Amino acid sequence: MTLNYINGAEAVIKALVENGVEVIFGYPGGAVLPLYDALFENKKIKHILVRHEQAAVHAAEGYARSTGKVGCVLVTSGPGATNAITGLTDALMDSVPIICLSGQVPTHLIGTDAFQEADTTGISRPCTKHNYLVKDADKLCEIIHKSFEIASSGRPGPVLVDLPKDIQLSNVKYVNKISKIDKHNNNYSSKIDQNLISKVAKLLLQAERPIIYGGGGVVNSGPNASKLLTELVNILDCPVTLTLMGLGCVPNTNKNFLGMLGMHGTYEANLAMHNCDVMLNVGARFDDRVTGRLNAFAPNSKKVHIDVDKSSINKVVSVDYGIVGDCKEILSKLVQEVKKLHNQKTVKSKTRWWSQINQWKDKNSLGFKQVGNNIKPQQAIKSLYEKTKNFDTYITTEVGQHQMWAAQYFGFSRPNHWMTSGGLGTMGYGLPSSVGVQIAYPKSLVIDISGEASFLMNMQELSTIVQYKLPIKIFILNNEWMGMVRQWQELNHGSRYSESYTASLPDFVKLAESFGISGLRVDNINNLEATIDEMINIKGPVIADIRVEKEENCFPMIPSGAAHNEMILSSDDNQKDTSDEGLALV
Amino acid sequence: MSVYQKNEVNEVETSRTLSLVVDNQPGTLARVIGLFSGRGYNIESLTVTEIDKIRNLSRISLVTRGTSMTIEQIKSQLLRIVPVHIVRDLTLEGPFIKSELALVKLVVKGANRVEALRIAETFRARTLDVTLSSFVFELTGKPSKLDAFVHLMRSLGDTEISRTGVSAISRGEKTETKLLDQI
Ligand SMILES: Cc1ncc(C[n+]2csc(CCOP(=O)(O)OP(=O)(O)O)c2C)c(N)n1
Ligand SMILES: [Mg+2]
Repeated sequence: MTLNYINGAEAVIKALVENGVEVIFGYPGGAVLPLYDALFENKKIKHILVRHEQAAVHAAEGYARSTGKVGCVLVTSGPGATNAITGLTDALMDSVPIICLSGQVPTHLIGTDAFQEADTTGISRPCTKHNYLVKDADKLCEIIHKSFEIASSGRPGPVLVDLPKDIQLSNVKYVNKISKIDKHNNNYSSKIDQNLISKVAKLLLQAERPIIYGGGGVVNSGPNASKLLTELVNILDCPVTLTLMGLGCVPNTNKNFLGMLGMHGTYEANLAMHNCDVMLNVGARFDDRVTGRLNAFAPNSKKVHIDVDKSSINKVVSVDYGIVGDCKEILSKLVQEVKKLHNQKTVKSKTRWWSQINQWKDKNSLGFKQVGNNIKPQQAIKSLYEKTKNFDTYITTEVGQHQMWAAQYFGFSRPNHWMTSGGLGTMGYGLPSSVGVQIAYPKSLVIDISGEASFLMNMQELSTIVQYKLPIKIFILNNEWMGMVRQWQELNHGSRYSESYTASLPDFVKLAESFGISGLRVDNINNLEATIDEMINIKGPVIADIRVEKEENCFPMIPSGAAHNEMILSSDDNQKDTSDEGLALV
Repeated sequence: MSVYQKNEVNEVETSRTLSLVVDNQPGTLARVIGLFSGRGYNIESLTVTEIDKIRNLSRISLVTRGTSMTIEQIKSQLLRIVPVHIVRDLTLEGPFIKSELALVKLVVKGANRVEALRIAETFRARTLDVTLSSFVFELTGKPSKLDAFVHLMRSLGDTEISRTGVSAISRGEKTETKLLDQI
């Protein structure tokens, strides 16, 4: 070996360092031993040993979404790579920048059904933004550098690099990153059309019933985008609603914020969407959870859509103006233009619009009655919020009713503090995701709001949490049911509760103790706040088993196949039967 | 129609010819095809071959069918694919040429042999192989012309057909050279 040469594995690690990687989440195996060997000596990258490869990807997602950096994953070939697939799909759906390095059998064995061989690039093709099988060691460095560009540019997403073991062992001349704009970026960086901006600004200023609807794209565009969005809302004094992925972009305390919209959004947010005359969508994608029945979606409105991904525009909802580009750049132009015009023209009065909205607000669609000693899950989240809002609190969730209650009752005042699986709806996302967040912010309060069923999906990560002394608080809303499934069975299937009871649960307190961490349990409303205090005050990790009302339903709700103005507010709401078409929807 | 489907019932579906320039590397074609199968778009014809050895580029000529909203979706989805560099909508751009090559084997004896040769001549097909009981014809041109030829040959005897699929290019002096230089 000449001096200039290092082996492929060392080159990979060096390239990671050059791309700013500080943490990598992974699990070893035969096909990545050279990479693990290269990590052994490395002081710049901290490796976090998870307990399942799916969790490695979710942890990297939590890390990426809370920091805005690229999350990094290392898995072995075959089962290591296939285990990572759910995480990659999750990252693709929610536009999270991830680099997943997978081991592969040596090139000469590819295609022979070798031990732990899987067609990883084939399997991961539809669930990655791009992927590579490295067959030529000379291209190795360039491919790693490019992967980072692809993962983080435009609409972010996961990139997988499959690394045959012989490539990891071959001699490589290290090549530095040449920082040129990746050619793929050209697709996105269409020059912003000033004419269009001024048209949209006029439209917004002249609107009588405008609404702004922001999504995860605003978070992805960085904290400045959130600031600009809030500024725009304030100048226009117009209502704003956020998708599940966008929560935090506009502070929950902003007086114009109507709460989340969509299937479990607030009454005022959905009705304002339904009745608006101008809608500005910033970085959201008209997801079916948000729009409800499309042919009744905001029927009398002019729609403007800002998105970095051209294919999101006119995909499901035809809009009057589509602007392709990065939210913060477009928002900054738009804010400028609105300010300029604002001085010249008087803005249309929105008094009537606001008084209409305030009437909808009076419905108090998130109201609930905490009566008796049983803990209402809504109250549990509300109390958790009250107790933690003065800390730098990061929330992750699993999937189900508890996730929706968290979105509804926890207030988010900043972007990047809320990590949830939106597009894929992956149970088991929250716990590993909280690992990634806590690694990124060791001093902050990180809470996984969990359901008892979802918790069981990735609870092996307790071991990771203990190993790295991560003081994560696991706040389980334990209703002994796959609550969201039970709710749909109640509403759509005549209360025939097929296989949705979570039987044979462990004793969560003893489970915690068996891992050497603290376990708490509460089942009486009078002890709820004290339990939350105790949880926060414990220095280390905690499992808090919050026994909540078992058959509580999550409302308000747009039944599947219904429109925004057909929301139901409670079980007693005079509800129509779900349409046949609605029944077929997920 | 599903309740979540777009309101485009009145829009007509038309056939569109797209011309793509892509990196000639493993997986590119799989991504393009996976996009069509995964999102439920139609592929009526697809051809792919290397067009630039130095820059390692291939052309994919693709015929698809859909409403204008679907076609716009297809085009922007195609552009999201990292190794896809250029997506041109030839149908939209203006006049263009669509051409295809067919190899047609006909097993035929007796009087029909003369008929087969006469038809082949009318279509300007080339005869590439002759035995006492068979022919292989080669024919290029518009897909509809190939269809007609194949149809006639089938009525004369047992046939075997191999077609390349459509290759397409715009008419006039416009080229992609500038676009290619930006890659
Ligand atoms: C991996 C995965 N499998 C199945 C589902 C379908 N699903 C959605 S919510 C849910 C129940 C979740 O139960 P729990 O975690 O207890 O939350 P709860 O709804 O009771 O708050 C299920 C099974 C899913 N989202 N993800
Ligand atoms: Mg539950």
